Amino acid sequence: MDLPVIESSPPVAAGCSAGSCGSTASQMDGLSDDIRARVQDHPCYSEEAHHYFARMHVAVAPACNIQCHYCNRKYDCANESRPGVVSELLMPDQAVRKTLAVAATIPQMSVLGIAGPGDPLANPQRTFETFRQLALQAPDIKLCVSTNGLVLPEYVEELARYDIDHVTITINCVDPEVGARIYPWIFWKNRRVFGREAAAILIKQQQQGLEMLTARGILAKVNSVLIPGVNDHHLPEVSKIVKAKGAFLHNVMPLIAEAEHGTFYGVMGQRSPKPAELKALQDACEGDMNMMRHCRQCRADAVGLLGEDRGAEFTLDKIEAMDIDYEAAMVVRAELRAQIAADLAEKRAQAHAPAAPQVTPQVIHFQPHAAKPAPAAGRPVLMAVAAKNGLVAVHFGHAKEFLVYEASASGARLVGHRKAESYCAGDENCGDADLVLARTIQALEDCEVVLCSRIGYEPWGELEAAGIQPNGEHAMQPIEEAVIAVWHEMLVAGRLTAGSTAAKRA
Amino acid sequence: MALEIIESCVNCWACEPLCPNQAIHAATPHFLIDADKCSECVGDFAEAQCASICPIEGAIIDELGEALNPPGSLTGIPPERWAAAQAEIAAR
Repeated sequence: MDLPVIESSPPVAAGCSAGSCGSTASQMDGLSDDIRARVQDHPCYSEEAHHYFARMHVAVAPACNIQCHYCNRKYDCANESRPGVVSELLMPDQAVRKTLAVAATIPQMSVLGIAGPGDPLANPQRTFETFRQLALQAPDIKLCVSTNGLVLPEYVEELARYDIDHVTITINCVDPEVGARIYPWIFWKNRRVFGREAAAILIKQQQQGLEMLTARGILAKVNSVLIPGVNDHHLPEVSKIVKAKGAFLHNVMPLIAEAEHGTFYGVMGQRSPKPAELKALQDACEGDMNMMRHCRQCRADAVGLLGEDRGAEFTLDKIEAMDIDYEAAMVVRAELRAQIAADLAEKRAQAHAPAAPQVTPQVIHFQPHAAKPAPAAGRPVLMAVAAKNGLVAVHFGHAKEFLVYEASASGARLVGHRKAESYCAGDENCGDADLVLARTIQALEDCEVVLCSRIGYEPWGELEAAGIQPNGEHAMQPIEEAVIAVWHEMLVAGRLTAGSTAAKRA
Repeated sequence: MALEIIESCVNCWACEPLCPNQAIHAATPHFLIDADKCSECVGDFAEAQCASICPIEGAIIDELGEALNPPGSLTGIPPERWAAAQAEIAAR
């Protein structure tokens, strides 16, 4: 028989099985202290950092030396947010001015990346001139670059010279047969090379580049695009190989393919993976590799926190009109970073502390597994969270995206994110509210709970009808604490027994 | 004997540094080849460099008006499939 125990908070919230040890630890535990220190303020490399730190890309690299079937070089749209898309191409001097303006306006900004819209290393003069100037003028901003890898081996030394600490390589395959279905051609040694031969050269260069980065001590992340029927069964092997060659993080992203994008995959009807397929593949790779789950597949000129894009505030004409004190801005950034570091250190210390004796008993919980906190019988549950800055802080109707966490006895773990349109703009835009709500519910179909700061009456009912329980009781709480608390409420309510999964689908 | 860049050019700069004769320059609304300087890379390379890296089918033509990269040759999308997709999008 279970005894009632007195707790001020849900049972596991005081130990290492919960709190920030949950999702953050699951991504970071496999890393050495050195790597952890190097990624702690990089939103694209650290899941924890992405709640607090912002990044920007400057679009100085228009040329590309390969063609991918998911890319169309004609595309340029202000309303689309995905890799390869930009609104305004910049020269290095303009990119430096823009970077300094953004860093002065958004003090959370810690990282400047060059990611296109072509391949940064196919535009070496522009890319390295931008890095050279920024290393001098904003030494506190980390510089990083994302490349297809074709010419990476010849630029590893130069990357090291500008103190580029982080490089992302997009590696979709290690088998030329698979590659021939992803890359129609490359430009190599003054000629265009097609098909399998092209893929074989690209793969060899990528792998060599990765090995050289590792040897040079530069952190390498690998991006892979999951293309159902093309490389889905192949990516676990890719993950193993890039880990063996020194990549510290693997980011498997879903293919984006629509006919109106004019890409080969879009026009030819190649489908994108479903969220559950992406998660299954990431889970399959996870045993061997640290997997990135918080990527938002941003534009090559994105600005701001991951999941938001403030690029429109920093067009060239707007930057010209800004009056900026660069020195003062750098001081503000340093202070903010120190504050965030202190907050995170405190959060970690609390999460690792034993159950706090000073807590005043307030609520009586039945805690079925109090005697032995063994892995509880409760099954894992997916929960969507309308979050900002690591907190359950967004109104359901205002959410532009939801973070998806998997809650279980071992904690809360970020497993993905879903885009949504905020349907409640408080004005005439509400016209399509029903349609937008239906799309959001569909995007969250595999989740059983949605946590938000507030939610309207109508969406509440629609979500419940779809088998998704809305929850606004954890507003402004840290995400992982809230997710674990809700999971335990479900456990106590007997909703997490083995057979209860099917109930949601019914 | 000279190649020409036409309006479907997307100004991606890929060709400009490759030209052995510095015949290509940025212009509005699209890049241009100086016909007096262009040699079609004869004597320098086996293949015209600009046309070997250009990602846009049809954007570079020869003196007869023939595309060096005809429709379907770079993307692998059959032209009839492209036309069908555009018609489907226009009908939405």
